[in-house]
Amino acid sequence: MEHLYEILKQVDGFIYPNEIVLQWGILIVLYPYITGLVAGAFILASLERVFKVKVLRPTYHLALLTALAFLIVAGLPLISHLGHPFRAYEILMTPHFSSAMAIFGFVYLWYLMVVLLLELWFDYRRDLVIWSQQAKGFKRRIYKILTLGVTDLSPKALAWDEKLGYIVTVIGIPSAFLLHGYVGFIFGSIKANPWWSSVMMPVIFLLSAMVSGIALVMFLYMIISWIRKVEIDMACLDEIGKFLFMVLILDFTLESLDQVHRIYEAEESFEILHMLVTGKLTYTLFIFQGLLGTIIPILTLGFFRLYLPKEKLRKPLYFLASCLVLFGVFFMRWNVVIGGQLFSKSFLGFTSFKLGMVGLEGFWMALVWMILPFLILSFILWLVPPWKKQQEETVP
Amino acid sequence: MGNEKLNASRRNFIRKSALLAGTFMASSAVKPFSAILFAANEPGKTEPWYAIGIDIEKCIGCGNCAKACKSENDVPKDPFYYRSWVEQYAIKNDGTMSVVSPNGGIDGFTQTVPDDEIYKTFFVPKMCNQCYKSPCVQVCPVGATFVSPEGVVLVDEKYCMGCSYCVQACPYGCRYLHPEKKTADKCTLCYHRLKKGLKPACFEVCPTGARIYGDLHDENDELHNFLKDHNTQVLKPHLNTGSKLFYNGLSSEVR
Amino acid sequence: MPSQLKTLLPLLVVFIVIFFVARHFLVPESFGKYGHYRANAMDEIADLPIHYAGKEECVACHDKEAALLASDAHAGLSCEVCHGPGAKHADDPEVNKLIKPGTREDCGKCHNLNPARKIEVIDQIDIKTHHLEKENCIDCHNPHAVWEMKN
Repeated sequence: MEHLYEILKQVDGFIYPNEIVLQWGILIVLYPYITGLVAGAFILASLERVFKVKVLRPTYHLALLTALAFLIVAGLPLISHLGHPFRAYEILMTPHFSSAMAIFGFVYLWYLMVVLLLELWFDYRRDLVIWSQQAKGFKRRIYKILTLGVTDLSPKALAWDEKLGYIVTVIGIPSAFLLHGYVGFIFGSIKANPWWSSVMMPVIFLLSAMVSGIALVMFLYMIISWIRKVEIDMACLDEIGKFLFMVLILDFTLESLDQVHRIYEAEESFEILHMLVTGKLTYTLFIFQGLLGTIIPILTLGFFRLYLPKEKLRKPLYFLASCLVLFGVFFMRWNVVIGGQLFSKSFLGFTSFKLGMVGLEGFWMALVWMILPFLILSFILWLVPPWKKQQEETVP
Repeated sequence: MGNEKLNASRRNFIRKSALLAGTFMASSAVKPFSAILFAANEPGKTEPWYAIGIDIEKCIGCGNCAKACKSENDVPKDPFYYRSWVEQYAIKNDGTMSVVSPNGGIDGFTQTVPDDEIYKTFFVPKMCNQCYKSPCVQVCPVGATFVSPEGVVLVDEKYCMGCSYCVQACPYGCRYLHPEKKTADKCTLCYHRLKKGLKPACFEVCPTGARIYGDLHDENDELHNFLKDHNTQVLKPHLNTGSKLFYNGLSSEVR
Repeated sequence: MPSQLKTLLPLLVVFIVIFFVARHFLVPESFGKYGHYRANAMDEIADLPIHYAGKEECVACHDKEAALLASDAHAGLSCEVCHGPGAKHADDPEVNKLIKPGTREDCGKCHNLNPARKIEVIDQIDIKTHHLEKENCIDCHNPHAVWEMKN
């Protein structure tokens, strides 16, 4: 609590006495970031499956497995942030449906089990059966369990895998929108906070989620190909770059629209928000989120629409663009979550936020949560590598 | 002759439509706006329906209310957690405004702006507005905070999981996360005292009678006299929180 | 029915059954009685301890002071305004004694000159300059009979 006395000295203007403490810290910045990556990666995968963008095929499985690895971790920063983490089950037992947060448990479970796991299972079932016959020891047992005992590999059964998997993917697209859209609504529906309260909030969250998910798949595809020492399918990478560019434009446009509208209407909260944006959020908003995370990637990827430079130049530029986008979207979440709590609801002052290094809400813990999905992904890729799948006999 | 008939039927039509429109408008006025300014419960209920009145003209900023509140409700004494507090607004002659609430007003206020620079200054006591359309209750994901049948907004500290969503949703800054209990905490209108027929602590110790509370269902309650005798306002009415905390003498600068 | 669904659908049913069984055990009993909350919480809150006894409690024993106060400027005040929370004292008067404030800071909390205080609402003096020959307010003023000067 000593740090609060420090912050008390840094209060600027007047805040309601209870507002000194920032309730939602870096863990709550991480949650929308991680679920955004999940939703975005999934939407990219579904572009191939449902919208038949064949050129994205090399990243289809990677995108799905990435979504799974991140979804497994997604709920953890949230639960560890609670005052009573062991009461988290209450959200499943007595959800208060007037609260957007109440659907978290169900949407999470639905998406994890009915969408992701099922889609992966339908897609991998044939390989799991074959691998369970070929493998030895502990791996063999795991594959056997994962087949759920459904070992029929007749053409009819495989056709059912394909059909059911397709249906799940189609259901998965609105589910992905719901998984991340409700997070945007959690913020967008708070009339007490004018930085959050906006009808655009779910849309902006969703679009930046798609942006981050696509960038993540691009990033991982390049890294994994480099680790495996295999050729990158440049047509695929170019296509991902194209989608990233288009969604970035859409995201940037709508976020700008939200701000322009705010500036134009200049409601009561405008003055304090203006001070927030030009003061405490200058670096994180204009430089990190805006310039580095949005403008530079848009210019780079946009340039490729006009003129495609040599592969040798494109690869590092794609890599840089994806890193910048991932960096920028993190700060978009930061600006929303932290920014929204820095100013007083009296509109008369600011409190301050200092990210601690240690502790459950500290920097190191946040880093652990961010690294964990990559470790899980490595394990999954070792267990069910997409590149070791049986080649399809017929093109679906 | 045909013209007269036409005019008569036209007059008739206008008359009938006016009657219809008038009835429609009158009946629509009756239902949604009942009793006291959006804050009344359905009539016919037998429990009390508590509301609060604060008279800014009578507040002397002694801070007794904030102090008593912390004692009565075992609120941590650190200057970061308040169920009730007092603010001082000082508008200066140059047009600037300073708002302070040193330790919530518990130790009183010392004069910081010299007399000759003051244009207008006054104290504003704050506490939970006991909203009946409260946004804090709306956003609780598990049902740990609720409006009791008596109109008091309470927190179930055995059920609250400490997500702090309600703290974010309160437009008046009335909530905090208890540092030891790790659950949401707020003014309960001293529910434990109301149930025993005692006044909430802050009302008990106010020396000037600036704070009053009462039962909106009881026409003879002093709160009704307060509401009838004064021009009252609630904080942030545009947010439609159903606030039941009515201020007399609320100046336009107050947030 | 394809073999996949023959395995998956029963699994789904099992999962739903487990969910409802868990719900039966995990949802608290009084939940939902009056609304989406645990009704017993209201009783638990109602049973919290009292710290301020209320003026009636004080007057029950201290009738002499109360009688004096009744015709005084401070008549409208509750005893605990100055003397602090008295519930523990009412339970065990000898053990839990209350404070008897009377210094300039104590009385100044209400009566010190402050432009935000309306003079019609409360009498004010400047505690830094008011009758400096005496140290405390109660050296001259009886708090229960403030205009009956002690000298």
